[in-house]
Amino acid sequence: MGKHPIRVLIAKLGLDGHDRGAKIIARSLRDAGMEVVYTGLRQTPAMIAEAALHEDVNVVGISILSGAHNTLLPTLMDKLREQNLAHIPVIVGGIVPDCDVNTLMDAGVSAVFGPGTLTSDIVTSIANVIESDLQD
Amino acid sequence: MSLAKKIISGDRRALARVLTLVENGDAHSKDILAELHPYGGKAHFVGVTGAPGVGKSSLVNFLAQSLRVLGDTVGVLAVDPSSPFGSGAILGDRVRMADLTGDDGIYIRSMASRGAVGGLAYATGAAADVLDAAGFNYVIIETVGVGQSGVEISNHVHTTIVLVASGAGDDVQAIKSGILETADILVVNKADLPGAEHVLADMRSNVVMNPSPAPSDHHAKSKQFDGSDLAWRVPLLSTVARSGDGVDLLIKSLLQHWEYLENSAEIDNRRRTRIRAILESLLRNRLYTRFMEDISRKQFDALLESIVLRDIDPYSAAARLIEEKYKASCLDKA
Ligand SMILES: Nc1nc2c(ncn2[C@@H]2O[C@H](COP(=O)(O)OP(=O)(O)O)[C@@H](O)[C@H]2O)c(=O)[nH]1
Ligand SMILES: [Mg+2]
Repeated sequence: MGKHPIRVLIAKLGLDGHDRGAKIIARSLRDAGMEVVYTGLRQTPAMIAEAALHEDVNVVGISILSGAHNTLLPTLMDKLREQNLAHIPVIVGGIVPDCDVNTLMDAGVSAVFGPGTLTSDIVTSIANVIESDLQD
Repeated sequence: MSLAKKIISGDRRALARVLTLVENGDAHSKDILAELHPYGGKAHFVGVTGAPGVGKSSLVNFLAQSLRVLGDTVGVLAVDPSSPFGSGAILGDRVRMADLTGDDGIYIRSMASRGAVGGLAYATGAAADVLDAAGFNYVIIETVGVGQSGVEISNHVHTTIVLVASGAGDDVQAIKSGILETADILVVNKADLPGAEHVLADMRSNVVMNPSPAPSDHHAKSKQFDGSDLAWRVPLLSTVARSGDGVDLLIKSLLQHWEYLENSAEIDNRRRTRIRAILESLLRNRLYTRFMEDISRKQFDALLESIVLRDIDPYSAAARLIEEKYKASCLDKA
């Protein structure tokens, strides 16, 4: 079997209206050869889980700036489980204080990236997360 | 349970998985498609085409909702272009379809064109067949929306909706590209913007005044033996896909078109046209792939070199490759 593009869902979780960062990541992932399903602003956990289901993505990337990560992300993980999608790695980018990172990791998030992270590091990390996921 | 059986029983995860296999041309997909085939043939395939930004996704958002109100289920295939510089793509059509979430009767799948030209991906036809077998009453295909995309989509669906919008010379582009001729329903979107009246008038004189579009296999109008002319008159509608204005009339035209197709037996023509397009493209791709696998790489490269050196021209080189391969396979059999 040949090599096929990795499919990624990039979604803005919560009510903040800034999608610049998410769009930059989406473009970088595209340039790295991935197919990026971009769902836009103000997505609920249920919407994201449904999109992940329909689109059969290999990874879900969440951008969140609203500060509501401690409630929204565990809910998202629950919704993914409800759809039998617990195996899909979820990575998070945005403003998440250090003290909350462990909470998110405990909830099942694979990686959290702060505002200073290089885009190229995020791309590499997504590729790695999927690589190890495919080897399981 | 097989993946095909799961799809038929309504398992969305199996559906999503199989669409990926089909897209990737996975070795298993052939058997799955074969198992699904007997279950297809019921859905109304609808194409939505028009230039990028004309409002296709926004319109699909309202079309699907209205069809749901009528009690029908809807599968959507939204095709966006792959990057010309690599395998990547940004698939953004879901952004405009946010109203469609949380409804089990709707399934939306984004597809990258993956190098195919003509506004669809190579796997779009097969993907539509899968959605048909999965039991969706409507399968809506949104094209990439560049160049001649309208021409290809019309071979893949029963009803082609062509969108033009006011502003940006879109209408002139549409007239030039020839996609208007493939329309079963013509829609001027963004009717809320200034200039819409002008575009409507333009369309009226270009298309509607000319009720029998250039004949082609696809659009040859069926006439019944009793001589009654059942020609379809392409309706010209205006919509505001942002708010849903005008979508009620569009739905009415869509239902009328289906009725026309069934009453005129044109539906059989279109089903045949569609199957033929799929079959031909399969043969073209498979034969080419197989041919390239079969001929020796060394011979191919040597010929390439000879062409560069102008010892031979590409036309004779291609003929020679085919001839030699063909002779070889005859010898195999002997
Ligand atoms: N003013 C106006 N804007 C519209 C209308 N329909 C779509 N749009 C906007 O046009 C842009 C492109 O719409 P989209 O549905 O993504 O177009 P597509 O590329 O053809 O799928 C978006 O910003 C829409 O909000 C309309 O009827 N009126
Ligand atoms: Mg679109």
